Amino acid sequence: MTDRENKTSNVEMIQPTDYKYGFVTDIDTDTAPIGLDEKVIRFISAKKNEPEWMLNYRLKAYRHWLNMKEPTWANVHYPKIDFQKIRYYSAPKAAGAKKNFEDLDPELIRTFERLGIPLLEQKRISGVAIDAVFDSVSVGTTQKETLAKYGVIFCSISEAIQEHPELVKKYFGSVVPYADNFYAALNAAVFTDGSFCYIPKGVHCPLDLSTYFRINAKDTGQFERTLLIADEGSYVNYLEGCTAPMRDENQLHAAVVELVALERAEINYSTVQNWYTGDQNGVGGVYNFVTKRGKCVGKKSKISWTQVESGSAITWKYPSVILQGEESVGEFYSVALTHDYMQADTGTKMIHIGKNSRSTILSKGISTGNSVNSYRGLVKFMPSADGARNYSQCDSMLVGSSSRACTFPSIESKNPTAMVEHEASTSRIGEDQLFYLESRGIGKEQAVSLLVNGFCRDVFKHLPLEFSVEAVKLIEMKLENSIG
Amino acid sequence: MLKVSKLNVQIDGKDVLRDLSFKVNAGEVHAIMGPNGSGKSTLSKMIAGYPGYTVNSGDIEYEINGTYKSLLKMEPDERAKDGVFLAFQYPVEVPGVSNFAFLRMAFNSICRHQGAPELSEEKFRKLVEEKTKLVEMAPDFLERGVNAGFSGGEKKRNEILQMAVLQPRLAILDETDSGLDIDALRVVANGVNKLRSPDRAMVLITHYQRLLNFIVPDYVHVLANGRIVRSGGRELALELEKNGYNAYL
Repeated sequence: MTDRENKTSNVEMIQPTDYKYGFVTDIDTDTAPIGLDEKVIRFISAKKNEPEWMLNYRLKAYRHWLNMKEPTWANVHYPKIDFQKIRYYSAPKAAGAKKNFEDLDPELIRTFERLGIPLLEQKRISGVAIDAVFDSVSVGTTQKETLAKYGVIFCSISEAIQEHPELVKKYFGSVVPYADNFYAALNAAVFTDGSFCYIPKGVHCPLDLSTYFRINAKDTGQFERTLLIADEGSYVNYLEGCTAPMRDENQLHAAVVELVALERAEINYSTVQNWYTGDQNGVGGVYNFVTKRGKCVGKKSKISWTQVESGSAITWKYPSVILQGEESVGEFYSVALTHDYMQADTGTKMIHIGKNSRSTILSKGISTGNSVNSYRGLVKFMPSADGARNYSQCDSMLVGSSSRACTFPSIESKNPTAMVEHEASTSRIGEDQLFYLESRGIGKEQAVSLLVNGFCRDVFKHLPLEFSVEAVKLIEMKLENSIG
Repeated sequence: MLKVSKLNVQIDGKDVLRDLSFKVNAGEVHAIMGPNGSGKSTLSKMIAGYPGYTVNSGDIEYEINGTYKSLLKMEPDERAKDGVFLAFQYPVEVPGVSNFAFLRMAFNSICRHQGAPELSEEKFRKLVEEKTKLVEMAPDFLERGVNAGFSGGEKKRNEILQMAVLQPRLAILDETDSGLDIDALRVVANGVNKLRSPDRAMVLITHYQRLLNFIVPDYVHVLANGRIVRSGGRELALELEKNGYNAYL
């Protein structure tokens, strides 16, 4: 006799499997003392041998930050962060010099290999150029020579400050000023590294550009800064990946990403975020408080954000587009998956300024376990935005009975000719759907991933092919029923 | 092929099936008829493995390769891979997953289990398009989401199409006639009749006699209050139509 009552909670039992990127690299590091004051900022700036203007910018941001308050409007809950208990700079020794990958500590190379990012071999793989960021510094950028032939600049932001000060001065902070918000100000004061990219006029970037972020050191915050400029008529695909070790303490990641698209330029920015989420009881994990924003400066320019948010204990992130140019286009495609005790408050802002500018928002949230998954969006039409249009669709899927999904869409229109369409839905992965698929011979795990992939399909199709395969695998792995 | 013996099932502490027993051999078509709430749908879901029901005693056994084994210990997908199929009373919608991809995944999963070769996308498409004719569906519906936005009739036809593609040994058809107009009923019944075979057993679960005019059963059982109160041949269904279920309540 089989008691089938224990089967009632099929869906509840679907738990994420172990986080395979949770290892720690044992490496000599060069660090700043824990805590934050002007001395630490000067220390970071000196470490990077920065010019005076950059240091002054940091100090201005820092002084502004001192008078700011931590935002509390997001639908996330966590103990107050003590900013004096965080280390703001940690770099693997001898990484700063940045010569060849052959000169790097082999431990670092091995770390990135374990993460699936072969730095040495990558030089020989065509298709993608990678900037690898380990804690506070970029340890190297691949494919530089190939890119140089096309005039594409792809390097760490620290290097760009040295080598291309005119571009950095012109665009740094032009999309996300330091006074923008609490974490943007903190980032502007203490940012350590990140990627810089410039695509010259009319160049269709021959490779996909990619940055891989790795947090390793304990108690250390990662404050990276990315600046991407697409000059007139240029085109680039940009990919970003992230992981961190499993630690019981929370780690803070407060990045700023700025994108600038000039006339007829197109930027596709894709992220697969898989920071450590904390354990099944909600202990540890990364706080991912990120400001990402693009500005369609020129006429007919286009910025498209695609994100798969599957990690972090807390995510607070709104990749946005300022549609300044006439007929410019902004897009946001997002899948956010939360499990266990994760909290995600993510969405986008589309600010329409230019005439006939258009934006599309497609957000898919999947909540499992005891997690909370919120979509927060703003669509704003300024008085100048004649004929602007937005289409928004926000769908939530609940798995199990303890997870929550919330939607906070907001629309502000100061132009009567602007048009907006909004659709929203919430559904539950039911026992019934699972049973239906299983009763046709499809195993439970495959059935769950089929349901979830079906739900996310419209977002995944905007990812570059390899990234889309990786995203599907990642989501499947997270949803795999470890009990079987 | 199917042996249900002294099955007692509770849902939320309430007895739904009591000492239910019947046997179905290969090649036979059985009809189980009964009033609303008699336990018909519970029985069909039990055979397919729906979670959440408590079996107090009794067993459901299924013969495969000459030996009987208990279905109760098997997951729903394992039952399906061994040739058990349930045509749902209310087929479930699965938006975003194309009918074609779903059918192919199910088909290949069953082939893998049974040691038959899996089919390439191209070959499988040919097979499915052939089968769509059986239920008179336009092939373009293969690209739509599984049952998503389908009419009641389309959903039922889709169930029969799945049955035709997956070629089960034991098919349970739960209220396949409900919600169908007479033309759709004819199409569906026609599809089912073409799938009758000496190697395949079928159990039709129905409220009305009407379906049995189109699919003529070998045996008819009357289910009332969770037990089989009478069994007989085709003529029993006609008698029920005339006199109703009152005599059994």
